[in-house]
Amino acid sequence: MSETAVVAGKHTVQSYDEELEELTGLIVQMGGVAEKQLADAVEALVERNVDLAQQVIDRDRTVDELEEQVDKKVIRLLATRQPVAIDLRMIAMGLKVSNDLERASDYAAGIAKRAIRLAEQPQLKPFVTIPAMAQICQQMLKDVLDAYVARDAEKAMQVWDRDVEVDAFYNSLFRELVTYMIEDPRRTQVCIDLMFCAKNLERIGDHSTNIAEKIHYMIHGEQINRQRATGKAED
Amino acid sequence: MADLRVNGGSAAVATAPPRPTTSAKTGAPAKCDVQDLNFWYGSHQALKDVNMTIPERQVTALIGPSGCGKSTFLRSFNRMHDLYPGNRYEGAIILHPDDINIVDSATDPMIPRMRIGMVFQKPNPFPKSIYENVAAGLRIRGINRKSVVDERVELSLRQAALWDEVKDRLHNSAYDLSGGQQQRLCIARTLAPDPEVLLLDEPTSALDPIATSHIEELVDELKSKYTIVIVTHNMQQAARISQMTGFFHLGRLIEFSPTEEIFTNPKEKMTQDYITGRYG
Repeated sequence: MSETAVVAGKHTVQSYDEELEELTGLIVQMGGVAEKQLADAVEALVERNVDLAQQVIDRDRTVDELEEQVDKKVIRLLATRQPVAIDLRMIAMGLKVSNDLERASDYAAGIAKRAIRLAEQPQLKPFVTIPAMAQICQQMLKDVLDAYVARDAEKAMQVWDRDVEVDAFYNSLFRELVTYMIEDPRRTQVCIDLMFCAKNLERIGDHSTNIAEKIHYMIHGEQINRQRATGKAED
Repeated sequence: MADLRVNGGSAAVATAPPRPTTSAKTGAPAKCDVQDLNFWYGSHQALKDVNMTIPERQVTALIGPSGCGKSTFLRSFNRMHDLYPGNRYEGAIILHPDDINIVDSATDPMIPRMRIGMVFQKPNPFPKSIYENVAAGLRIRGINRKSVVDERVELSLRQAALWDEVKDRLHNSAYDLSGGQQQRLCIARTLAPDPEVLLLDEPTSALDPIATSHIEELVDELKSKYTIVIVTHNMQQAARISQMTGFFHLGRLIEFSPTEEIFTNPKEKMTQDYITGRYG
């Protein structure tokens, strides 16, 4: 059964379904690359692996190219199919989901850039919080992509709910790093780099929740209208 | 004149329920309230329990597959079905503000016909001049004074966005006009007696895209003065020009919602399947 057919059945015109599947395929492909970028960037950071970090930076272009392909596909679908209802929502949200994935990938590349600089400095302390935070982000990204493919709004909402965990980690790391900086101002540069890495992870978590919201809208045609359990991450 | 009333006369809804002041879905005042409308072509039931509030001075579009009942529904508004024996209505189409039930057998069918105009799929001008086509509805009503007829003809042709194209050849045959112009002429002819409601049955399906745009622009302008109900097979057209859309299927009104909702987030799966091309 085609992915579109999961929520809406098949079109009379088969090529329309095929084009929608191609769009979904491109987004899934983008998501796969974004997941790998995140995993590799964090590994490069923790393992102080400069080569791996450089690979992440180089691979960022792949995601940009995929995003351009999504843009083209969406414009073409809008022009030729004049989609309505669930089709329109899927196509329009495809455009937005791909933008979130591109941003998430950019943040991963940002972590890789910091990882290269941090590798030149003595390690501040063993990595604990950042890998734990990254693991949640990784899982959120994976789950939200699964929810996208399965057109599963419920699963998407579970991802949405997990963002508070990421924010909590970020807030705790923020306070910890501020303390380090006060204690030893010579380590300020390292602390700021680590802070940005954590911030990037927190932003990646936000993009996963954005995608979750878009999946919800795609399926139900309504925006999510509820408050999160706790507050936002500190800026 | 022949008796045009419905055979059988079983459609006896003598007292109309109290008039709702507005359409719940658009906030506009109601022009017509359709209540539990059923219709039979002989033994075949073509409309089943249709309920709908048609907002005043808005465009209501009716969509659905062939044979779903949308044209049957439209034609009930001016009692066109009375022209054939064996047809039967039940329920009510209440025409405001005086709350007459159009489909009540006690209602003279000429009353809705005088107040509700209709334009068909294929342009059907009379074999007369452009001027006399527009004047026809006035002459039937006994309006013959030249100054009055001249004025009404010009006004109607202007309202139908045709005046500038025909003002120098008003006495030429209507058949000299292009298809799109003929259709606008038919609209002008319908507007001349100043109807309250305008029924359009696929008015652009025989026209090219440019002529279609002219009619759509016209409909958009006319809604400031008239209540318009349009049947169309072109869903993009319904999306473009209407404020409310009704989806019919097998004689039932499946969904009736603001057009924006129907085309972005329909409530019924059947509506969604139809408008997204997953039907049949």
